[in-house]
Amino acid sequence: MAYSDKVLDHVENPRNVGAFDKNDPSVATGMVGAPACGDVMKLQLKISDDGIIEDAKFKTYGCGSAIASSSLVTEWVKGKTINEAAEIKNTDITAELELPPVKIHCSILAEDAIKAAITDYKSKRNK
Amino acid sequence: MKYFELFSLPINFNIDLALLNQAYLRLQKTVHPDKFAHKSSKEQLLAVQKSAEINDALHVLKHPLKRAEYILAERGVDIRAEQQTLQDPMFLMQQMELREELEDISSASDPEDEIEAFEKKIQMLEKDFHQQLTALIDQTELVQLERAADVVRKLKFIYKLRDELERVEDSLLDD
Repeated sequence: MAYSDKVLDHVENPRNVGAFDKNDPSVATGMVGAPACGDVMKLQLKISDDGIIEDAKFKTYGCGSAIASSSLVTEWVKGKTINEAAEIKNTDITAELELPPVKIHCSILAEDAIKAAITDYKSKRNK
Repeated sequence: MKYFELFSLPINFNIDLALLNQAYLRLQKTVHPDKFAHKSSKEQLLAVQKSAEINDALHVLKHPLKRAEYILAERGVDIRAEQQTLQDPMFLMQQMELREELEDISSASDPEDEIEAFEKKIQMLEKDFHQQLTALIDQTELVQLERAADVVRKLKFIYKLRDELERVEDSLLDD
């Protein structure tokens, strides 16, 4: 299947690959997986005290579309508040990367990774 | 359940693959085109359709994941086309670590030993999930079936690991 130029760009030059120290209190981690294809995605957000996402890193084991989706959201969430980041929809990702219908689950994975990270942030803060 | 009935097999996740194969061959013989060469075109068409159905049934029943999904769907929990994500941090963390480990195998000094050790790990996980599935899937309560569905979802990651391991093995052989 042919990938769009945007997907290829992210696959060849993925942004923000890596990890933060998960014990750092300002770091939130979102882990999600797609049973349909066995892809696994880890998204980490570094969040300031006033709820601004200062930095983001990801590690994804999956197809090009899954890598591109996670790479893209690390760019998108930076500078956003957690509430703004929670608004990112998988349809925004599919549109930006021109993903075909069979790859929609990759964008859902990225959307859910943001949500999982925010949930982790909130539970860390409530401790 | 149609597919099990077709092969006269008991409805059970743990299937006797030898029996399944025997039943398959026996059934395919009954609809073989040679037997219908002198029959009407309508009968020929029916035989072809039956043969396709038998093939579909074999395809589903012989693969543990497809078989489990089929049984669950027949019992009212259809997860075959779902796109939802799995969010079980402990399980996913372990999957992430296994993927990292697998990634390092190619560059290891003794990749063959590493592959063997990794294969054993996958087998252990698979065995464990199969046991859980066996205990849950033949229940009639929805709660149990939902839990069985969750085990199937996790098993898909284990099968994916196995595919990836095979890819690593192949790439090492090519070098």
